[in-house]
Amino acid sequence: MGTIGATLIRAGRRFLSSLPALFGVLVFTFLLMRVLPGDPAVFFASGPSAGNEEIEVVRKQLGLDRSLPEQLVIYLHDVGRGNLGRSMMTGQPVAKDLRQRLPASLELTLTALVIALIAAVPLGVLAALRPNSLIDHSVRLFCSLGVCVPTFVSGLLLIYVFYYLLGLAPDPTGRIDVFASVPPARTGFLMVDFLLAGDVEGWWAAARQLMLPAFTMALFVIAPLARITRASMLVSLGSDFVRTARSVGLSRWQIVVTYALRNAILPVITIAGIVFSTMLGANVLVEKVFSWPGVASYALDALLVSDYAPVQGFVLLMASIFVAVNLLVDVLYGIADPRATVA
Amino acid sequence: MMSPLLEIDNLGVTFSTRRGLVEAVRGVSLSLQPGEMLGLVGESGSGKSVTGFAVTGLLDKPGRITAGRVKFRGQDITRASGAELRNLHGANMAMIFQNPRAALNPIRTVGAQIADAVLSHRRLSKQEARAEALKLLRAVQIRDPDRRLDAYPHELSGGMCQRVMIAIAISCNPSLLIADEPTTGLDVTTQKVVMDLLARIVAERGMTTILITHDLGLAAHYCRRVVVMEQGRLVEEGAPQTLFRAPQHAYTKRLVASSPTATSRVGDLVPADEALPVVEVKERPTPAPGTPPLLDVQHVVKRFDDGAAAVADFSMTMAAGESVGLVGESGSGKSTTARMICRLIDPSAGDILFDGYSIAKLPARDFHRSPLRKEIQIVFQDPHESLNPRFTAFDCIAHPLLRLTGLRPGDALRSRVEECADRVGLPRELLSRFPHQLSGGQKARIGIARAIACRPRLLVLDEPTAALDVSVQAVVLQLLDRLRREDNLAFLFVSHDLNVVRMMCSRTIVLRAGGIVEQGESLALFANPQTDYTRELVEAIPHIGSPASLLPA
Repeated sequence: MGTIGATLIRAGRRFLSSLPALFGVLVFTFLLMRVLPGDPAVFFASGPSAGNEEIEVVRKQLGLDRSLPEQLVIYLHDVGRGNLGRSMMTGQPVAKDLRQRLPASLELTLTALVIALIAAVPLGVLAALRPNSLIDHSVRLFCSLGVCVPTFVSGLLLIYVFYYLLGLAPDPTGRIDVFASVPPARTGFLMVDFLLAGDVEGWWAAARQLMLPAFTMALFVIAPLARITRASMLVSLGSDFVRTARSVGLSRWQIVVTYALRNAILPVITIAGIVFSTMLGANVLVEKVFSWPGVASYALDALLVSDYAPVQGFVLLMASIFVAVNLLVDVLYGIADPRATVA
Repeated sequence: MMSPLLEIDNLGVTFSTRRGLVEAVRGVSLSLQPGEMLGLVGESGSGKSVTGFAVTGLLDKPGRITAGRVKFRGQDITRASGAELRNLHGANMAMIFQNPRAALNPIRTVGAQIADAVLSHRRLSKQEARAEALKLLRAVQIRDPDRRLDAYPHELSGGMCQRVMIAIAISCNPSLLIADEPTTGLDVTTQKVVMDLLARIVAERGMTTILITHDLGLAAHYCRRVVVMEQGRLVEEGAPQTLFRAPQHAYTKRLVASSPTATSRVGDLVPADEALPVVEVKERPTPAPGTPPLLDVQHVVKRFDDGAAAVADFSMTMAAGESVGLVGESGSGKSTTARMICRLIDPSAGDILFDGYSIAKLPARDFHRSPLRKEIQIVFQDPHESLNPRFTAFDCIAHPLLRLTGLRPGDALRSRVEECADRVGLPRELLSRFPHQLSGGQKARIGIARAIACRPRLLVLDEPTAALDVSVQAVVLQLLDRLRREDNLAFLFVSHDLNVVRMMCSRTIVLRAGGIVEQGESLALFANPQTDYTRELVEAIPHIGSPASLLPA
């Protein structure tokens, strides 16, 4: 109880201290969008032939004729009420768009992270157990390749091999086959919704659809995770308490897993949190290659047509997720390491 | 005669390093009778720990047994397979390590760690293992064992951690126990309690023990037989009383001479042919009456953020050229006091007068700009950590001169640095080297040269020799003593080693829990302590006896 309480207090403090940063992000993106070139009024007026009057009308509609501070106050007021504005591109409220697309991104990123962790931790441990052996060098080579090859290239390669050559993977467009029936959206996570609807066949189809993009994304992040696992495993294995464990004759499994890995996992948790947050935003390439209807590709499309509201909404969403993930890492850290105290 | 439990025959251990093969142990032969406690003494690099690790098959990767045999119960275990070794470990032989806190898994409760050790060799249920762990914690006399079962190592003191380590080591009743510097880094009273406990447990359970230590007194106090190692070889063996009273081998003689005892003097520590020439020091005129003392500390207090007082009401005065020792156990506030006096941290209350000027009001972070900074200099505890690894020896010594005296790079600076190096006995050709290219003793000399470079009047020495081998410590102590006489330096000497303080300081202050327990002339204070606490401290020091040759003539 004591440690859990301390962890919660610490998490709460972290959350409070991250609020100013969130506010900063809000203001900063607002200003950034205003100084970027491109006039949304011109863009969204009916066409290139639109006259000045029409453009002026659109500008007034959008509120762009007011001064910058005024716009900022209106924007903050709206955000405070949960209104992120309306997307000119889709014609829908941004909050609704994001709510529809976030589960797609989260589902993909979470799956990719789980795949990456399942692959990276054992690889890192193996490499650390036999440093400079053949295994170690193979892991290093694999990691280097994973980082060197851009995701859109590895994504296309995977599509070429598994869809075109082998025919194992389904048509790599979107989350689910266009003609398949979609389950009632309860969580937005297809894998969960299919299960809730009791549609095993649909679940399997969605899972197959998910595999290629998830592996593409995982390939890219296995490297940092495996490297940090290896490095901290090496430290752990060379430590005094592992020597103690050996001196009393504990089994190899217990020495490696209970003593060395449990201690070595702490930095891996931190890195996994950072990796997750980066993946969520940076997987726009993967989303584009696989026509995945996620938030990152949505924000990119909006940015290309100077649609302010979606981009601002996206950045705010990412910042909030970053804060949430950091809180989660804090809590996990507190559980994994009894030495972490209120500080 | 019983057959020996352990027989080491012509053991050789080699480490492969970047600079090629290094022979750490050469031709060591030993045999141990059941129930015996053998002391294995030597300085760092003598191969004593490596011998211990070779016997238990716990050598680190680059180390390899290249020659000889280790027979345990008549069986050669140097060629034992991994599985055979695992059965031996814990059940038949166990080790206790230096630095107990690091030797325990930081994120596992001590109860679980003891249970792990129990379960590795015995078929028990989880509950039974836990009950067994509780029994072991009782056996090592941990207070409140039921609650401690669920404690993590960081919640226990160093002495407690070492008891837990002992509990783990004896959990499966091994017949051979190897204790590698088990009490190094613990306070002397804790050392005594832990060693007494260990000796009792070992005797009760009939375990055969090897005590590896650098402390001759400790070996003499607890072992019937002692072997001395130097550079990987056994040089001498015998009962401690004969061995330390009348050492035969040159190295043992030197080791015995340089170990400070209750009666030794600084001059005796180093063999006559290596001792520094005695310098004639002319009598200093006694200061005119009415001159303020060099240092006057008045009722200083240091409170931490949570209100607990690390130092509560400390006062002292020091005259120029005087040496005062500050002793106490860890947590007694001696380092905090020393840091306040050399103005590295701010006192919460009270005043510090140097030469009559109050220096306590100057914030510690601005004190480096004060002209008094060069008057008060510090020699730090760890000569390895306290030198900038990217500075050469020359840069290290020149740094305070450049910052505090306004000397500019040039011939004047060079000659001043060389003069300092000469005074501390550091060869000039070493001045261009970096710290990692120098030995511990040489680094200690650089630390001293750096401190005296600005010709301070007060030198604060924070455990200046704690990290050094006794033979190096002897030379450094002698050097410090000579510098003090030559320059009429005042020393504030912080140390946990009472024997060192008694030799180096005319006056001693004993601290406990932030307060002064006792103070007075060093010799009188240690010969006839007035308080129980000081007596306890003095009596806890293990002695090698007073070898006749060292008694003052």
